[in-house]
Amino acid sequence: MKKSMVQRQVLAAAALLVGMGAALAQDATATGIAQYREMLQDGNPAELFEMKGEKLWTQNRGPKNATLEKCDFGKGPGVLKGAFVELPRYFADTGRVQDLESRLITCMETLQGYKAEDLYKAAANYGKGESANMVAITTYVVTASKGMDFALPQGNEKEKTMYEVGKRLFFARSGPHDFACSTCHGVDGQRIRLQELPNLTKNPGDGVGFAAWPAYRVSNGQLWTMQKRLNDCYRQQRFPEPKFGSDATIALAVYMGVNSKSAESIVPAIKR
Amino acid sequence: MADPMRIRAALAGDETTVRVLMAHIMETGIRKDASGALIPAHFIQDVEATHNGKSVLKTMWSGAVSQNPFLSFKFKGAAKGDKVVVKWVDNKGDSRTDEVTIA
Amino acid sequence: MKNTRRSALKVTGAFATLVSLGLITQSQAQAAVDRSGFSVKTLDDALKAIGGNAAASDQITVVSPDIAENGAVVPVGVVSKMPNTTEIFIIIEKNPTPLAAVFMIPDGTAPDVQTRVKMGQSTNVIAVVKADGKLFSAIKETKVTLGGCGG
Repeated sequence: MKKSMVQRQVLAAAALLVGMGAALAQDATATGIAQYREMLQDGNPAELFEMKGEKLWTQNRGPKNATLEKCDFGKGPGVLKGAFVELPRYFADTGRVQDLESRLITCMETLQGYKAEDLYKAAANYGKGESANMVAITTYVVTASKGMDFALPQGNEKEKTMYEVGKRLFFARSGPHDFACSTCHGVDGQRIRLQELPNLTKNPGDGVGFAAWPAYRVSNGQLWTMQKRLNDCYRQQRFPEPKFGSDATIALAVYMGVNSKSAESIVPAIKR
Repeated sequence: MADPMRIRAALAGDETTVRVLMAHIMETGIRKDASGALIPAHFIQDVEATHNGKSVLKTMWSGAVSQNPFLSFKFKGAAKGDKVVVKWVDNKGDSRTDEVTIA
Repeated sequence: MKNTRRSALKVTGAFATLVSLGLITQSQAQAAVDRSGFSVKTLDDALKAIGGNAAASDQITVVSPDIAENGAVVPVGVVSKMPNTTEIFIIIEKNPTPLAAVFMIPDGTAPDVQTRVKMGQSTNVIAVVKADGKLFSAIKETKVTLGGCGG
């Protein structure tokens, strides 16, 4: 449909005014959203997941009818405080770099007798069945590190390699939209609709990017772990979704986690 | 048996502030599932908080209250160590009662 | 609907009339609101259900954000400075069923409550308070927005 000259001029003038108004509105919007987030801090439903996880931690479960209390997340058996902010890291007993969720499956297998492949299958059905239990336990474990600074180790060769792999993956463009993680998260000051996009390549970052996951999402009433968050990022880019606990997802977490060094972990956060 | 609530009660001066998080789906009854069928309503209808047997708050809710509801209120006349009991009942008749010790 | 902050919320029909006509029982009248009030679909009907006219009052504060990042969880609080506040009603004007929550406040409990509600779209959050048997109200608009990739 063609527009007349006058119509075009009117539209141009209107666009200019909207643009100016938009700049002012942007500040008010940012303040408004900050206020909304502040109002949600008191009473985070993530606590309900944490409560459930705490119960499961000390419950005798699985074929071995044992608890998870001896699970080693990298700081020694049963040591939870500070464990999350040093993950992913290399584990000598499995010979690989693991994140919290894959390490939890390792513990559920070795301590409680579950079959890892069953748990990985269950994990793919996020938030249901056994996955719901794993999400709850994950929430409990991360809460023990709330307020601590990220300090992922990079002393081991495999840890360093995973960082580099994560970086390559972060910038690799692919999929039907030719997106990479960096398309949205590699630059300062971008947003999607009214959602600000954190730049995940910077250190220590803005504190609400990597540092905020796991988080309770009000939009769907779910507690999202980092695995779920990464899975959904890939889905949003219209990429094939990564397998739960895959090396690719762990590598990305290493890249982002190391980039977050000295940022405070605010988990479990509450998010849109 | 429904999942437990998270309740915190803190005394400041002569006023106790109670904060409650309830685990509940709060389904309105007007949402539809993937096949287009209505998802039945399932939400907390009544909440009552008591202190030493005396009712300190009653609420009537609709499905418009958010999932995993949050509730906060304040009352006078309690002391540290007293218990506050919170009970909810949903439209299916399920209920949950939890208590907290005032800190 | 401009100037809503200052104008009273007027509605026709009266709860009291229903009682005097014997159409609802006294005990139903004593409950803050019949549960059917939660099913009505318009603001007018919601006001009818809770008792009718509610004069605007600056003694009532609606504590809600200017903008909510997501309509599924919008924190809403009501604080009433009116003496003898016995009930607080939260109405979300453009929701399919506007009456969202009712709080019955006994002696010793502060007329200061907070919860979180679902808002289907940007609209007015209306707090109605019953104090000394009369209804008063305050209004605040909360915009609901969307963030993220959606889906």
